[in-house]
Amino acid sequence: MNVLVFMAPLAICLGLIGLLAFVWSLRNGQYDDVKGAAHRILSDDDLPK
Amino acid sequence: MDERRDFSHFVRGPVDGLLTLDLILVNGDCAACFNDIEAKALAIPGVEQARVNITHGRMTVVWRQDASSASVIMDQLARSGYPAQPFQPQKAEAAEAARASHLLKCLAVASFAAMNIMLLSVSVWSGGEMDITSETRDFFHGLSALIALPAAAYAGRPFFTSALTGLRARRMNMDVPISLGIVLALGMSVFETLAHREHAYFDSAMMLLAFLLFGRVLEQFVKQRTRVAAGNIAALKGAMAQRIEPDGSLVLVPVDSLAPGDEVWLLAGERAPADAVVVSGASSLDESVITGETRRREVSAGAAIYAGSLNFEGVLRLRVSKAGAASLIDDVASLVEKAAQARSHYRRLADRAARLYAPLVHTSAALTAVGWLVVGASLHDAMIYAIAVLIITCPCALALAVPAVQVVAAGRLFRAGVFLNTPEALERLSEIDTVVFDKTGTLTQPCAQVVNRLDLSEDLLAAAASLSRSSHHPLAVALAVCTAGEMIADAREVSGAGVKAMVDGQVWRLGSAAFCDIPEWAQPAPLSASVLYIRRGDAHAPVIIDQMLRPDAVAVVARLRAKGFPVAILSGDHAAAVGAVAAQLGVSDWRAGLKPAEKIAAIESMKASGRRVLMVGDGLNDAPALAAAHASMSPVCAVELAQAQADAVFLGERLGPVVEAIATARLAKRLMQQNLALSVIYNAIAAPLAVLGYVTPIIAAAAMSGSSILVTLNALRAGGTPMKAGEAASSQSPEIGAPAAAAQRGLA
Repeated sequence: MNVLVFMAPLAICLGLIGLLAFVWSLRNGQYDDVKGAAHRILSDDDLPK
Repeated sequence: MDERRDFSHFVRGPVDGLLTLDLILVNGDCAACFNDIEAKALAIPGVEQARVNITHGRMTVVWRQDASSASVIMDQLARSGYPAQPFQPQKAEAAEAARASHLLKCLAVASFAAMNIMLLSVSVWSGGEMDITSETRDFFHGLSALIALPAAAYAGRPFFTSALTGLRARRMNMDVPISLGIVLALGMSVFETLAHREHAYFDSAMMLLAFLLFGRVLEQFVKQRTRVAAGNIAALKGAMAQRIEPDGSLVLVPVDSLAPGDEVWLLAGERAPADAVVVSGASSLDESVITGETRRREVSAGAAIYAGSLNFEGVLRLRVSKAGAASLIDDVASLVEKAAQARSHYRRLADRAARLYAPLVHTSAALTAVGWLVVGASLHDAMIYAIAVLIITCPCALALAVPAVQVVAAGRLFRAGVFLNTPEALERLSEIDTVVFDKTGTLTQPCAQVVNRLDLSEDLLAAAASLSRSSHHPLAVALAVCTAGEMIADAREVSGAGVKAMVDGQVWRLGSAAFCDIPEWAQPAPLSASVLYIRRGDAHAPVIIDQMLRPDAVAVVARLRAKGFPVAILSGDHAAAVGAVAAQLGVSDWRAGLKPAEKIAAIESMKASGRRVLMVGDGLNDAPALAAAHASMSPVCAVELAQAQADAVFLGERLGPVVEAIATARLAKRLMQQNLALSVIYNAIAAPLAVLGYVTPIIAAAAMSGSSILVTLNALRAGGTPMKAGEAASSQSPEIGAPAAAAQRGLA
């Protein structure tokens, strides 16, 4: 079962990456306009005309 | 008159030659328009960035300093059909947002820790005694400690700091037992890990933190949304004033930027932007917002006038004496302060529960330790059992019981057009047994209406409506607000007399009796009423304008009575006006001509006879009474000071939200009590198990999450559909419709 010495911390590191991603998104203002995000995804003004 | 406008007060920057302005969109509730709004804004020369925040109905514009100006941008936006109002984000709002994001980070850290530790704990539990070597178990416990200790140190701060401040002030709050439980659980688990023993409670401690933070985050979101809505309302009310520059030119500036000593023009139909002294001119003022009195006061040079007074006739030149936040009547301000202090002794349900709960839990833990020692257990085992008691009774469900209900009930009230200023507003609202209304602006509508609408022919009313749009006279403005009509292009205003126009070869006139060549209307009118005259060719009639009751005032008063609440009216207006309204509503308990101190006295005497009063009022003269009453509500059009003192503010033209607020508060209170009872039952089952030493980490985890979920589910029952939500939203008068809609946007 020695493999656990790598596997368990590795699993936790993966979780940590998720946590860091959340903190980044929070700092980046991703939750400031939740409704806006829902509508913006429908706008197609970024398509080449 | 060529006007210049000065928005420099609101503009931020320059940073690298770029200026930034925050705007509130007046019609921003069209979520699909954001693309168009941004495109229109970006099309203005010099604009570099434009970003709409749909959630809050706001917009940020950034432009090159040398290429454009704030007033150009606002004009262009208004011309494109998107009028906007500049605003300054308030400090309080930023503070709430920062707190919300801090709590969210704490929640993220605590949930991360709880989930990962649970992964390790479940492995240990399912490994049992046989299949897992003690080395592996120690390894997993060690890893758990490495995650739990830093995570708790970070995510637990909101509780630790609040517990410390509570203890320093010698007050027991809910955070004290929570902090103690978490710290002891972690400490004991570290000790057990180092001693290579079987039971560690890292998962319970972190799960507890995560659940509790979830409650706090919900609570904070409600507070933040309320702030945003209040900010939008304040900004949309945001009046402009005409400041007279030293060189004699006029500049339109936001009222907030006025300083004492500035001189401003006050035209007929405008409200005084700040407390001021009249420099020149004479007029009569409508001070009903301040005193509740609907009779007008004559003023001339040298007279002091209060912010919010409506100038009725002439043009006044004013010198600002106090501006911005300092603009209050001093004795009202001190009355408010005194009254608010008395109410700050109110103890919230959760705090009262904590005061009973904490000593009980701590004593039972101590008794458990002593008891086990007496029956011969080792000191170590006795300590373990005592700490298990603390962990299992840690008030997870208890701490969620109240906030969860508050959040759901507040959400329901938002949909009904009521928003709460303070978290304990619900509890106080649920306890009231008497309702006291102010008259002017509360029972009556904030703007005057045509009383004899039914007596007027369609043609005459249409003519009056059209002509009224060409005048600044307050009566004409009032008429324009409450009627529908097209403006007539060549209508001309004759100063001090009225408006006239030639339409289809007919002479149309709106104004005084002499101006319209009609005999004065002889019938007695209520003192507060004003009469205008309309002539259309040969047809003519008086148009009587007066304050009218809110459309559902009679029904609301009847419903309150039917539910067993005595209703009273306390007004600053004269007796005849109040008596008429009281008779219409069937209220026998009314008093008129009250000064702010007398309103407080009236409420105090009701309190002394054991009644708990809900005060509903809007004027500056109501503010002290609002602060003194057990609970208070204000309509959205109320003066700022009154709104600040009110527990809740309601939107729209109707009084119905008052009934809805009381009903929701009562439901919420009942659910809070149920939740507290559930927590007690849970403890009655779990605590004896812990005392007898049967609690293992797995039982603690299951019991705690189970009780938390049960309490949260029960809280959801406060949701439901508020009565008449649609009605409240659809019937806003044009004047207050925009801020109300904006507020609801902020809340949705």
